[in-house]
Amino acid sequence: MSNLSEALARGEFLVTGEIGPPKGTNIEKCLEDAEHLRGKVTAINVTDIQSAVMRFGGLATCHMLVERDLEPVFQMVCRDRNRLALQSDLLSAHVLGIENVLCLTGDHNILGDHPDSKPVFDLEAVGLLQCVQTLMEGRDMAGNELDGAPPFFPGAVVAPGSEPVEMQIIRMEKKIAAGAKFFQTQAVYDVDQFADFMGRVEGFGVPVLCGLVLLKSVGMARFMNANVSGVNVPDRLIARLKADKEKTKSGEAAIEIAVETIEGVKDLCQGVHIMPLGWDHLVPDIIDRAGLA
Amino acid sequence: MLVTERKPDEEILASVQGDASVFLVGCNGCHSACERGGAEDLPALAALLEGAGKAITGSTTVDFLCDKSLVRSRLRAFTRQILRADSVIVATCGVGIQCVADSVLKRVRPGCNTINLGGNHGTWGATERCAECGDCLLDKTGGICPITNCSKSMVNGPCGGTTSDGKCEVDRQRDCGWYRIYMRLKDLDALDQLKEVVGPKKHGNYLPSYDVMTGEHWATDAPVPAAAAAAGKEGDDE
Ligand code: SF4
Ligand code: SF4
Repeated sequence: MSNLSEALARGEFLVTGEIGPPKGTNIEKCLEDAEHLRGKVTAINVTDIQSAVMRFGGLATCHMLVERDLEPVFQMVCRDRNRLALQSDLLSAHVLGIENVLCLTGDHNILGDHPDSKPVFDLEAVGLLQCVQTLMEGRDMAGNELDGAPPFFPGAVVAPGSEPVEMQIIRMEKKIAAGAKFFQTQAVYDVDQFADFMGRVEGFGVPVLCGLVLLKSVGMARFMNANVSGVNVPDRLIARLKADKEKTKSGEAAIEIAVETIEGVKDLCQGVHIMPLGWDHLVPDIIDRAGLA
Repeated sequence: MLVTERKPDEEILASVQGDASVFLVGCNGCHSACERGGAEDLPALAALLEGAGKAITGSTTVDFLCDKSLVRSRLRAFTRQILRADSVIVATCGVGIQCVADSVLKRVRPGCNTINLGGNHGTWGATERCAECGDCLLDKTGGICPITNCSKSMVNGPCGGTTSDGKCEVDRQRDCGWYRIYMRLKDLDALDQLKEVVGPKKHGNYLPSYDVMTGEHWATDAPVPAAAAAAGKEGDDE
Protein backbone atom coordinates (compact mmCIF):
# COMPACT_ATOMS: atom_id res chain seq x y z
CA MET A 1 0.00 0.00 0.00
CA SER A 2 1.35 3.44 -0.89
CA ASN A 3 1.86 6.10 1.79
CA LEU A 4 -0.63 8.23 -0.11
CA SER A 5 -3.39 5.64 0.06
CA GLU A 6 -2.71 4.96 3.73
CA ALA A 7 -2.64 8.64 4.73
CA LEU A 8 -5.88 9.28 2.83
CA ALA A 9 -7.49 6.26 4.49
CA ARG A 10 -6.50 7.65 7.89
CA GLY A 11 -8.33 10.84 6.96
CA GLU A 12 -5.27 13.05 7.39
CA PHE A 13 -5.15 16.48 5.70
CA LEU A 14 -2.15 16.01 3.47
CA VAL A 15 -0.02 17.71 0.86
CA THR A 16 1.22 16.39 -2.47
CA GLY A 17 3.80 18.20 -4.59
CA GLU A 18 4.83 18.11 -8.22
CA ILE A 19 7.94 18.13 -10.36
CA GLY A 20 8.35 18.41 -14.12
CA PRO A 21 11.10 16.51 -15.99
CA PRO A 22 13.51 18.63 -18.08
CA LYS A 23 13.75 19.23 -21.80
CA GLY A 24 16.99 17.35 -22.23
CA THR A 25 19.05 14.97 -20.17
CA ASN A 26 20.10 17.21 -17.29
CA ILE A 27 17.83 15.73 -14.67
CA GLU A 28 19.66 17.21 -11.62
CA LYS A 29 17.50 20.35 -11.18
CA CYS A 30 14.33 18.28 -11.30
CA LEU A 31 15.67 15.90 -8.64
CA GLU A 32 16.74 18.90 -6.54
CA ASP A 33 13.17 20.21 -6.77
CA ALA A 34 12.04 16.85 -5.39
CA GLU A 35 14.58 17.09 -2.56
CA HIS A 36 12.95 20.36 -1.40
CA LEU A 37 9.78 18.38 -0.85
CA ARG A 38 11.38 15.56 1.18
CA GLY A 39 9.62 15.02 4.49
CA LYS A 40 7.14 17.79 3.66
CA VAL A 41 4.76 16.08 1.28
CA THR A 42 3.17 12.63 1.19
CA ALA A 43 3.85 12.06 -2.50
CA ILE A 44 5.24 13.87 -5.53
CA ASN A 45 3.48 13.98 -8.91
CA VAL A 46 5.70 13.61 -11.95
CA THR A 47 4.15 15.22 -15.01
CA ASP A 48 3.92 13.33 -18.32
CA ILE A 49 5.15 15.40 -21.29
CA GLN A 50 3.30 18.30 -19.69
CA SER A 51 1.42 20.71 -21.97
CA ALA A 52 2.42 18.48 -24.92
CA VAL A 53 5.93 19.96 -24.77
CA MET A 54 8.40 17.13 -25.44
CA ARG A 55 10.65 16.28 -22.47
CA PHE A 56 12.34 13.61 -20.37
CA GLY A 57 10.10 10.68 -19.43
CA GLY A 58 7.91 10.38 -16.37
CA LEU A 59 8.44 6.66 -15.85
CA ALA A 60 12.22 7.04 -15.53
CA THR A 61 11.81 10.09 -13.27
CA CYS A 62 9.37 8.24 -11.01
CA HIS A 63 11.79 5.36 -10.73
CA MET A 64 14.57 7.76 -9.71
CA LEU A 65 12.32 9.10 -6.95
CA VAL A 66 11.62 5.55 -5.73
CA GLU A 67 15.38 4.90 -5.61
CA ARG A 68 15.76 8.03 -3.44
CA ASP A 69 12.98 6.87 -1.14
CA LEU A 70 10.55 9.56 -2.29
CA GLU A 71 7.04 8.45 -3.21
CA PRO A 72 5.96 9.35 -6.76
CA VAL A 73 2.54 9.80 -8.31
CA PHE A 74 3.03 8.60 -11.90
CA GLN A 75 0.99 10.84 -14.20
CA MET A 76 -0.15 9.15 -17.40
CA VAL A 77 -1.79 10.92 -20.33
CA CYS A 78 -3.52 9.23 -23.27
CA ARG A 79 -2.19 11.57 -25.95
CA ASP A 80 1.02 9.72 -26.79
CA ARG A 81 0.45 6.02 -26.21
CA ASN A 82 -2.17 3.57 -27.40
CA ARG A 83 -3.59 0.90 -25.11
CA LEU A 84 -0.75 -1.52 -25.85
CA ALA A 85 1.91 0.95 -24.72
CA LEU A 86 -0.13 2.24 -21.78
CA GLN A 87 -0.62 -1.27 -20.41
CA SER A 88 3.00 -2.17 -21.01
CA ASP A 89 4.22 0.96 -19.19
CA LEU A 90 1.87 0.26 -16.30
CA LEU A 91 3.37 -3.22 -15.87
CA SER A 92 6.85 -1.69 -16.00
CA ALA A 93 5.84 0.99 -13.49
CA HIS A 94 4.84 -1.59 -10.93
CA VAL A 95 8.11 -3.48 -11.26
CA LEU A 96 9.98 -0.18 -10.91
CA GLY A 97 8.30 0.39 -7.54
CA ILE A 98 5.56 2.83 -8.56
CA GLU A 99 2.21 2.51 -6.76
CA ASN A 100 0.25 5.73 -7.38
CA VAL A 101 -1.00 6.40 -10.91
CA LEU A 102 -2.84 9.56 -11.94
CA CYS A 103 -4.92 8.94 -15.07
CA LEU A 104 -5.39 11.92 -17.39
CA THR A 105 -6.56 12.48 -20.95
CA GLY A 106 -3.78 15.01 -21.63
CA ASP A 107 -3.47 18.34 -23.38
CA HIS A 108 -3.89 18.33 -27.14
CA ASN A 109 -0.79 18.21 -29.37
CA ILE A 110 -1.84 21.44 -31.08
CA LEU A 111 -1.15 23.32 -27.82
CA GLY A 112 2.39 21.96 -27.44
CA ASP A 113 5.71 22.32 -29.23
CA HIS A 114 5.11 19.53 -31.77
CA PRO A 115 1.73 20.56 -33.21
CA ASP A 116 2.17 18.29 -36.24
CA SER A 117 2.51 15.14 -34.17
CA LYS A 118 -0.28 12.57 -34.36
CA PRO A 119 -2.69 12.66 -31.42
CA VAL A 120 -3.34 9.15 -30.12
CA PHE A 121 -6.23 9.34 -27.63
CA ASP A 122 -6.93 5.62 -28.14
CA LEU A 123 -8.28 5.80 -24.58
CA GLU A 124 -9.19 8.84 -22.52
CA ALA A 125 -8.99 9.23 -18.75
CA VAL A 126 -12.08 7.10 -18.02
CA GLY A 127 -10.82 4.31 -20.28
CA LEU A 128 -7.34 4.49 -18.72
CA LEU A 129 -8.84 4.10 -15.24
CA GLN A 130 -10.75 1.05 -16.48
CA CYS A 131 -7.51 -0.25 -17.97
CA VAL A 132 -5.65 0.12 -14.64
CA GLN A 133 -8.51 -1.66 -12.90
CA THR A 134 -8.41 -4.52 -15.39
CA LEU A 135 -4.65 -5.02 -14.96
CA MET A 136 -5.07 -4.98 -11.18
CA GLU A 137 -7.56 -7.82 -11.57
CA GLY A 138 -4.94 -9.87 -13.39
CA ARG A 139 -6.11 -9.47 -16.97
CA ASP A 140 -5.19 -7.23 -19.89
CA MET A 141 -7.75 -5.21 -21.83
CA ALA A 142 -8.22 -8.04 -24.31
CA GLY A 143 -9.09 -10.40 -21.46
CA ASN A 144 -5.81 -12.35 -21.47
CA GLU A 145 -4.48 -13.52 -18.14
CA LEU A 146 -1.38 -11.78 -16.76
CA ASP A 147 1.59 -13.56 -15.30
CA GLY A 148 1.74 -11.26 -12.27
CA ALA A 149 -0.82 -8.52 -11.62
CA PRO A 150 0.18 -5.00 -10.51
CA PRO A 151 -1.54 -3.45 -7.48
CA PHE A 152 -1.98 0.30 -8.00
CA PHE A 153 -3.58 3.25 -6.24
CA PRO A 154 -5.31 5.02 -9.17
CA GLY A 155 -6.40 8.64 -9.10
CA ALA A 156 -7.85 11.20 -11.49
CA VAL A 157 -8.38 14.93 -11.91
CA VAL A 158 -11.39 17.21 -11.95
CA ALA A 159 -11.82 20.89 -12.85
CA PRO A 160 -14.19 22.47 -10.28
CA GLY A 161 -14.10 25.82 -12.11
CA SER A 162 -15.10 24.48 -15.52
CA GLU A 163 -18.62 25.34 -16.70
CA PRO A 164 -21.16 23.78 -16.79
CA VAL A 165 -19.95 22.20 -13.56
CA GLU A 166 -22.65 19.53 -13.82
CA MET A 167 -20.77 18.09 -16.80
CA GLN A 168 -17.59 17.87 -14.70
CA ILE A 169 -19.47 16.22 -11.86
CA ILE A 170 -21.05 13.58 -14.12
CA ARG A 171 -17.61 12.80 -15.50
CA MET A 172 -16.19 12.64 -11.98
CA GLU A 173 -18.83 10.03 -11.10
CA LYS A 174 -17.80 8.02 -14.14
CA LYS A 175 -14.17 8.19 -13.10
CA ILE A 176 -15.13 6.86 -9.68
CA ALA A 177 -17.13 4.06 -11.31
CA ALA A 178 -14.02 3.29 -13.41
CA GLY A 179 -11.87 2.97 -10.28
CA ALA A 180 -10.54 6.42 -9.26
CA LYS A 181 -9.64 6.36 -5.56
CA PHE A 182 -8.60 10.01 -5.19
CA PHE A 183 -8.86 13.29 -7.09
CA GLN A 184 -6.53 16.22 -7.57
CA THR A 185 -8.14 19.37 -8.91
CA GLN A 186 -7.28 22.04 -11.43
CA ALA A 187 -5.82 25.19 -9.79
CA VAL A 188 -8.24 26.82 -7.34
CA TYR A 189 -8.12 30.51 -6.42
CA ASP A 190 -11.78 31.10 -5.72
CA VAL A 191 -12.48 29.41 -2.38
CA ASP A 192 -16.24 30.11 -2.46
CA GLN A 193 -16.64 28.43 -5.83
CA PHE A 194 -14.60 25.47 -4.58
CA ALA A 195 -16.82 25.24 -1.49
CA ASP A 196 -19.92 25.05 -3.73
CA PHE A 197 -18.29 22.33 -5.79
CA MET A 198 -17.30 20.30 -2.73
CA GLY A 199 -20.85 20.59 -1.43
CA ARG A 200 -22.06 18.86 -4.59
CA VAL A 201 -19.53 16.00 -4.59
CA GLU A 202 -19.37 15.36 -0.83
CA GLY A 203 -21.59 12.30 -1.12
CA PHE A 204 -19.17 10.54 -3.52
CA GLY A 205 -16.93 9.54 -0.60
CA VAL A 206 -13.69 9.84 -2.59
CA PRO A 207 -10.93 12.11 -1.19
CA VAL A 208 -10.24 15.35 -3.07
CA LEU A 209 -6.94 17.25 -2.98
CA CYS A 210 -7.41 20.90 -3.89
CA GLY A 211 -4.99 22.08 -6.60
CA LEU A 212 -2.78 25.12 -5.95
CA VAL A 213 -0.60 26.71 -8.61
CA LEU A 214 1.90 29.24 -7.25
CA LEU A 215 1.35 32.67 -8.79
CA LYS A 216 4.70 33.78 -10.16
CA SER A 217 3.73 37.02 -11.90
CA VAL A 218 0.91 39.21 -13.13
CA GLY A 219 1.57 37.96 -16.66
CA MET A 220 1.16 34.36 -15.60
CA ALA A 221 -2.14 35.11 -13.81
CA ARG A 222 -3.46 36.88 -16.90
CA PHE A 223 -2.24 34.09 -19.16
CA MET A 224 -4.07 31.47 -17.11
CA ASN A 225 -7.27 33.51 -17.09
CA ALA A 226 -7.14 33.87 -20.86
CA ASN A 227 -5.92 30.41 -21.81
CA VAL A 228 -6.53 27.81 -19.12
CA SER A 229 -10.20 26.82 -18.98
CA GLY A 230 -11.67 26.48 -15.55
CA VAL A 231 -8.98 28.61 -13.90
CA ASN A 232 -10.00 32.01 -12.61
CA VAL A 233 -7.51 34.23 -10.80
CA PRO A 234 -9.69 36.93 -9.20
CA ASP A 235 -8.85 40.59 -9.93
CA ARG A 236 -8.09 41.28 -6.29
CA LEU A 237 -5.22 38.74 -6.41
CA ILE A 238 -3.88 40.25 -9.63
CA ALA A 239 -4.02 43.68 -7.97
CA ARG A 240 -2.02 42.31 -5.05
CA LEU A 241 0.65 40.92 -7.35
CA LYS A 242 0.81 44.30 -9.09
CA ALA A 243 0.95 46.37 -5.90
CA ASP A 244 4.22 45.01 -4.52
CA LYS A 245 6.51 43.95 -7.36
CA GLU A 246 9.37 42.98 -5.05
CA LYS A 247 7.15 40.64 -3.08
CA THR A 248 5.83 39.07 -6.25
CA LYS A 249 9.31 38.55 -7.64
CA SER A 250 10.71 37.02 -4.46
CA GLY A 251 7.79 34.59 -4.25
CA GLU A 252 6.56 36.03 -0.96
CA ALA A 253 3.22 36.98 -2.56
CA ALA A 254 2.81 33.46 -3.98
CA ILE A 255 3.46 32.00 -0.53
CA GLU A 256 0.94 34.29 1.16
CA ILE A 257 -1.78 33.58 -1.40
CA ALA A 258 -1.17 29.82 -1.19
CA VAL A 259 -1.31 29.87 2.62
CA GLU A 260 -4.57 31.83 2.56
CA THR A 261 -6.09 29.40 0.05
CA ILE A 262 -5.05 26.43 2.19
CA GLU A 263 -6.70 28.02 5.21
CA GLY A 264 -9.85 28.58 3.16
CA VAL A 265 -10.14 25.01 1.87
CA LYS A 266 -8.80 23.14 4.91
CA ASP A 267 -12.20 22.13 6.21
CA LEU A 268 -13.61 21.40 2.75
CA CYS A 269 -11.36 18.66 1.39
CA GLN A 270 -8.69 16.13 2.28
CA GLY A 271 -5.57 17.96 1.32
CA VAL A 272 -3.86 20.16 -1.21
CA HIS A 273 -1.86 19.37 -4.32
CA ILE A 274 0.75 22.08 -4.82
CA MET A 275 2.00 22.66 -8.36
CA PRO A 276 5.03 24.95 -7.85
CA LEU A 277 6.13 24.98 -11.54
CA GLY A 278 9.80 25.09 -10.57
CA TRP A 279 9.38 27.07 -7.35
CA ASP A 280 9.55 23.90 -5.28
CA HIS A 281 11.95 25.54 -2.82
CA LEU A 282 9.03 27.68 -1.58
CA VAL A 283 6.86 24.68 -0.73
CA PRO A 284 8.38 23.93 2.74
CA ASP A 285 7.69 27.52 3.79
CA ILE A 286 4.09 27.31 2.60
CA ILE A 287 3.54 24.07 4.50
CA ASP A 288 5.09 25.49 7.70
CA ARG A 289 3.15 28.73 7.56
CA ALA A 290 -0.11 26.92 6.86
CA GLY A 291 0.53 24.91 10.00
CA LEU A 292 0.66 21.59 8.14
CA ALA A 293 4.22 20.60 9.08
CA MET B 1 -19.84 7.85 -51.01
CA LEU B 2 -20.16 6.75 -47.43
CA VAL B 3 -20.34 3.01 -46.99
CA THR B 4 -22.60 1.90 -44.18
CA GLU B 5 -23.88 -1.34 -42.78
CA ARG B 6 -26.70 -2.22 -40.43
CA LYS B 7 -25.80 -2.33 -36.77
CA PRO B 8 -26.21 -5.79 -35.21
CA ASP B 9 -29.81 -6.47 -34.16
CA GLU B 10 -28.87 -6.80 -30.46
CA GLU B 11 -27.28 -3.37 -30.49
CA ILE B 12 -30.33 -1.76 -32.07
CA LEU B 13 -32.68 -3.50 -29.63
CA ALA B 14 -30.50 -2.51 -26.66
CA SER B 15 -30.61 1.13 -27.76
CA VAL B 16 -34.44 1.21 -27.78
CA GLN B 17 -34.79 -0.76 -24.56
CA GLY B 18 -36.59 2.06 -22.79
CA ASP B 19 -38.73 3.10 -25.78
CA ALA B 20 -42.29 1.92 -26.46
CA SER B 21 -42.57 3.48 -29.91
CA VAL B 22 -40.18 4.35 -32.70
CA PHE B 23 -40.21 6.34 -35.96
CA LEU B 24 -37.97 5.05 -38.77
CA VAL B 25 -36.00 7.04 -41.32
CA GLY B 26 -34.16 5.55 -44.28
CA CYS B 27 -31.93 7.03 -46.98
CA ASN B 28 -31.94 6.57 -50.75
CA GLY B 29 -28.48 8.10 -51.14
CA CYS B 30 -25.15 6.37 -50.51
CA HIS B 31 -26.61 3.97 -48.01
CA SER B 32 -28.78 2.56 -50.73
CA ALA B 33 -26.16 2.94 -53.51
CA CYS B 34 -23.52 1.00 -51.56
CA GLU B 35 -25.90 -1.93 -51.80
CA ARG B 36 -25.98 -2.54 -48.09
CA GLY B 37 -29.50 -1.37 -47.38
CA GLY B 38 -31.65 1.59 -48.25
CA ALA B 39 -35.40 1.41 -48.75
CA GLU B 40 -35.45 -2.32 -47.96
CA ASP B 41 -33.90 -1.60 -44.56
CA LEU B 42 -37.05 -0.11 -43.16
CA PRO B 43 -39.34 -3.14 -43.46
CA ALA B 44 -36.59 -5.30 -41.93
CA LEU B 45 -36.08 -2.83 -39.08
CA ALA B 46 -39.83 -2.54 -38.54
CA ALA B 47 -40.13 -6.34 -38.31
CA LEU B 48 -37.26 -6.52 -35.84
CA LEU B 49 -38.73 -3.82 -33.64
CA GLU B 50 -42.30 -5.06 -33.80
CA GLY B 51 -41.03 -8.50 -32.91
CA ALA B 52 -39.63 -6.92 -29.76
CA GLY B 53 -43.00 -5.35 -28.93
CA LYS B 54 -42.28 -1.81 -30.16
CA ALA B 55 -44.91 0.25 -31.94
CA ILE B 56 -43.80 1.89 -35.21
CA THR B 57 -45.44 5.32 -35.40
CA GLY B 58 -44.38 5.78 -39.01
CA SER B 59 -41.46 5.64 -41.40
CA THR B 60 -40.12 7.46 -44.42
CA THR B 61 -37.19 7.37 -46.79
CA VAL B 62 -35.48 10.57 -47.92
CA ASP B 63 -33.29 10.77 -51.01
CA PHE B 64 -30.27 12.29 -49.31
CA LEU B 65 -30.32 12.48 -45.54
CA CYS B 66 -27.09 14.45 -45.66
CA ASP B 67 -28.97 17.36 -47.24
CA LYS B 68 -30.46 19.11 -44.28
CA SER B 69 -32.93 21.25 -46.25
CA LEU B 70 -34.29 18.08 -47.82
CA VAL B 71 -34.42 16.34 -44.43
CA ARG B 72 -36.35 19.19 -42.92
CA SER B 73 -38.88 19.58 -45.70
CA ARG B 74 -39.49 15.82 -45.97
CA LEU B 75 -39.76 15.18 -42.23
CA ARG B 76 -42.17 18.11 -41.85
CA ALA B 77 -44.86 15.91 -43.35
CA PHE B 78 -44.43 13.48 -40.45
CA THR B 79 -44.33 15.88 -37.50
CA ARG B 80 -47.14 14.17 -35.62
CA GLN B 81 -45.85 10.64 -36.10
CA ILE B 82 -42.35 11.72 -35.03
CA LEU B 83 -43.66 13.48 -31.94
CA ARG B 84 -45.66 10.39 -30.96
CA ALA B 85 -42.52 8.22 -31.03
CA ASP B 86 -40.12 7.87 -28.09
CA SER B 87 -37.17 7.84 -30.46
CA VAL B 88 -36.18 7.96 -34.11
CA ILE B 89 -33.97 5.29 -35.69
CA VAL B 90 -32.05 6.44 -38.74
CA ALA B 91 -30.57 3.85 -41.06
CA THR B 92 -27.79 5.68 -42.88
CA CYS B 93 -24.34 7.21 -42.50
CA GLY B 94 -23.14 9.26 -39.53
CA VAL B 95 -23.73 12.51 -41.40
CA GLY B 96 -27.35 11.66 -42.20
CA ILE B 97 -28.04 10.55 -38.64
CA GLN B 98 -26.61 13.80 -37.30
CA CYS B 99 -28.65 15.84 -39.80
CA VAL B 100 -31.84 14.18 -38.57
CA ALA B 101 -30.76 14.64 -34.93
CA ASP B 102 -30.24 18.34 -35.62
CA SER B 103 -33.70 18.58 -37.18
CA VAL B 104 -35.89 16.94 -34.52
CA LEU B 105 -35.83 17.35 -30.75
CA LYS B 106 -36.00 13.60 -30.08
CA ARG B 107 -33.55 10.89 -29.14
CA VAL B 108 -32.14 9.86 -32.51
CA ARG B 109 -30.51 6.44 -32.64
CA PRO B 110 -28.16 5.09 -35.31
CA GLY B 111 -29.34 2.06 -37.24
CA CYS B 112 -26.00 1.73 -39.05
CA ASN B 113 -22.27 1.89 -38.57
CA THR B 114 -20.42 4.05 -41.06
CA ILE B 115 -17.37 2.10 -42.15
CA ASN B 116 -15.62 3.98 -44.92
CA LEU B 117 -15.75 6.60 -47.58
CA GLY B 118 -15.92 4.19 -50.46
CA GLY B 119 -15.22 6.84 -53.06
CA ASN B 120 -16.54 10.23 -53.96
CA HIS B 121 -18.38 12.29 -51.44
CA GLY B 122 -21.33 14.24 -52.65
CA THR B 123 -21.56 17.73 -51.27
CA TRP B 124 -23.99 18.56 -48.56
CA GLY B 125 -25.13 21.78 -47.00
CA ALA B 126 -24.51 20.67 -43.47
CA THR B 127 -21.84 21.05 -40.79
CA GLU B 128 -22.17 17.45 -39.63
CA ARG B 129 -19.12 15.27 -40.12
CA CYS B 130 -18.48 11.56 -39.76
CA ALA B 131 -15.05 9.95 -39.50
CA GLU B 132 -16.34 6.50 -40.56
CA CYS B 133 -15.25 4.99 -37.28
CA GLY B 134 -17.30 1.83 -37.81
CA ASP B 135 -18.57 1.86 -34.22
CA CYS B 136 -21.24 4.55 -34.23
CA LEU B 137 -21.87 6.13 -30.83
CA LEU B 138 -24.51 8.68 -31.84
CA ASP B 139 -27.12 6.89 -29.73
CA LYS B 140 -25.22 7.80 -26.58
CA THR B 141 -24.45 11.37 -27.52
CA GLY B 142 -27.76 12.90 -28.53
CA GLY B 143 -27.01 12.49 -32.22
CA ILE B 144 -23.88 14.66 -32.19
CA CYS B 145 -20.69 12.85 -33.20
CA PRO B 146 -18.06 12.95 -30.42
CA ILE B 147 -15.36 11.61 -32.73
CA THR B 148 -15.49 14.56 -35.13
CA ASN B 149 -16.85 17.29 -32.83
CA CYS B 150 -14.40 16.81 -29.95
CA SER B 151 -10.75 17.65 -30.69
CA LYS B 152 -9.66 14.66 -28.60
CA SER B 153 -12.48 12.37 -29.74
CA MET B 154 -13.41 11.86 -26.09
CA VAL B 155 -16.20 9.33 -25.59
CA ASN B 156 -17.06 9.83 -21.93
CA GLY B 157 -17.59 13.56 -21.58
CA PRO B 158 -15.46 16.67 -21.81
CA CYS B 159 -11.86 17.18 -20.84
CA GLY B 160 -11.43 20.17 -18.53
CA GLY B 161 -10.88 22.38 -21.56
CA THR B 162 -14.36 23.70 -22.30
CA THR B 163 -14.22 27.51 -22.19
CA SER B 164 -16.85 29.50 -20.31
CA ASP B 165 -18.61 30.28 -23.61
CA GLY B 166 -18.76 26.62 -24.64
CA LYS B 167 -15.78 26.61 -27.03
CA CYS B 168 -12.90 24.13 -27.26
CA GLU B 169 -9.57 25.17 -25.74
CA VAL B 170 -7.75 23.51 -28.62
CA ASP B 171 -9.36 25.91 -31.11
CA ARG B 172 -11.47 28.69 -29.69
CA GLN B 173 -13.24 29.18 -33.00
CA ARG B 174 -14.95 25.87 -32.67
CA ASP B 175 -17.67 24.71 -30.32
CA CYS B 176 -16.73 22.16 -27.68
CA GLY B 177 -18.45 19.03 -28.96
CA TRP B 178 -19.17 17.86 -25.44
CA TYR B 179 -20.75 21.17 -24.53
CA ARG B 180 -23.11 20.71 -27.47
CA ILE B 181 -23.79 17.09 -26.50
CA TYR B 182 -24.51 18.18 -22.94
CA MET B 183 -26.92 20.91 -24.08
CA ARG B 184 -28.68 18.55 -26.50
CA LEU B 185 -29.15 15.80 -23.91
CA LYS B 186 -30.32 18.39 -21.42
CA ASP B 187 -32.93 19.64 -23.92
CA LEU B 188 -34.01 16.03 -24.37
CA ASP B 189 -34.19 15.55 -20.61
CA ALA B 190 -31.74 12.67 -21.09
CA LEU B 191 -28.70 13.78 -19.08
CA ASP B 192 -28.73 10.40 -17.35
CA GLN B 193 -27.38 9.00 -20.61
CA LEU B 194 -24.10 10.78 -19.86
CA LYS B 195 -23.53 8.64 -16.79
CA GLU B 196 -23.04 5.47 -18.81
CA VAL B 197 -19.35 4.59 -19.13
CA VAL B 198 -18.72 4.18 -22.87
CA GLY B 199 -15.91 2.29 -24.59
CA PRO B 200 -13.06 1.64 -24.80
CA LYS B 201 -13.74 2.34 -28.42
CA LYS B 202 -13.41 -0.46 -30.98
CA HIS B 203 -10.66 1.13 -33.04
CA GLY B 204 -10.33 -2.15 -34.90
CA ASN B 205 -13.45 -1.12 -36.81
CA TYR B 206 -11.57 1.79 -38.41
CA LEU B 207 -9.94 -0.74 -40.69
CA PRO B 208 -12.66 -1.53 -43.22
CA SER B 209 -12.87 -5.13 -44.31
CA TYR B 210 -11.56 -5.93 -47.76
CA ASP B 211 -14.96 -6.55 -49.29
CA VAL B 212 -15.88 -2.87 -49.12
CA MET B 213 -12.79 -1.81 -51.09
CA THR B 214 -13.37 -1.50 -54.82
CA GLY B 215 -10.89 -3.07 -57.20
CA GLU B 216 -8.09 -1.21 -58.85
CA HIS B 217 -9.69 -1.47 -62.30
CA TRP B 218 -13.04 -0.47 -61.02
CA ALA B 219 -14.79 0.06 -64.34
CA THR B 220 -13.97 -3.38 -65.64
CA ASP B 221 -13.78 -5.43 -62.44
CA ALA B 222 -16.71 -7.72 -61.84
CA PRO B 223 -18.89 -6.28 -59.08
CA VAL B 224 -18.91 -8.07 -55.73
CA PRO B 225 -22.47 -9.27 -55.18
CA ALA B 226 -23.93 -7.61 -52.09
CA ALA B 227 -24.95 -10.92 -50.52
CA ALA B 228 -21.47 -12.42 -50.82
CA ALA B 229 -19.92 -9.22 -49.50
CA ALA B 230 -22.23 -9.28 -46.48
CA ALA B 231 -21.38 -12.92 -45.76
CA GLY B 232 -17.65 -12.17 -45.97
CA LYS B 233 -18.01 -9.36 -43.47
CA GLU B 234 -19.56 -11.52 -40.77
CA GLY B 235 -17.61 -11.96 -37.57
CA ASP B 236 -14.84 -9.75 -38.86
CA ASP B 237 -14.16 -7.36 -36.06
CA GLU B 238 -15.23 -8.71 -32.73
S1 SF4 C 1 -19.61 7.95 -34.02
FE1 SF4 C 1 -19.20 9.66 -35.42
S2 SF4 C 1 -17.46 8.92 -36.69
FE2 SF4 C 1 -18.38 7.09 -35.71
S3 SF4 C 1 -19.86 6.34 -37.27
FE3 SF4 C 1 -21.01 7.67 -35.80
S4 SF4 C 1 -20.99 9.71 -36.79
FE4 SF4 C 1 -19.39 8.49 -37.83
S1 SF4 D 1 -12.76 21.23 -24.92
FE1 SF4 D 1 -14.49 19.97 -25.58
S2 SF4 D 1 -14.15 19.58 -27.78
FE2 SF4 D 1 -12.23 20.37 -26.95
S3 SF4 D 1 -11.06 18.52 -26.47
FE3 SF4 D 1 -12.13 19.12 -24.58
S4 SF4 D 1 -14.07 18.00 -24.60
FE4 SF4 D 1 -13.21 17.88 -26.68
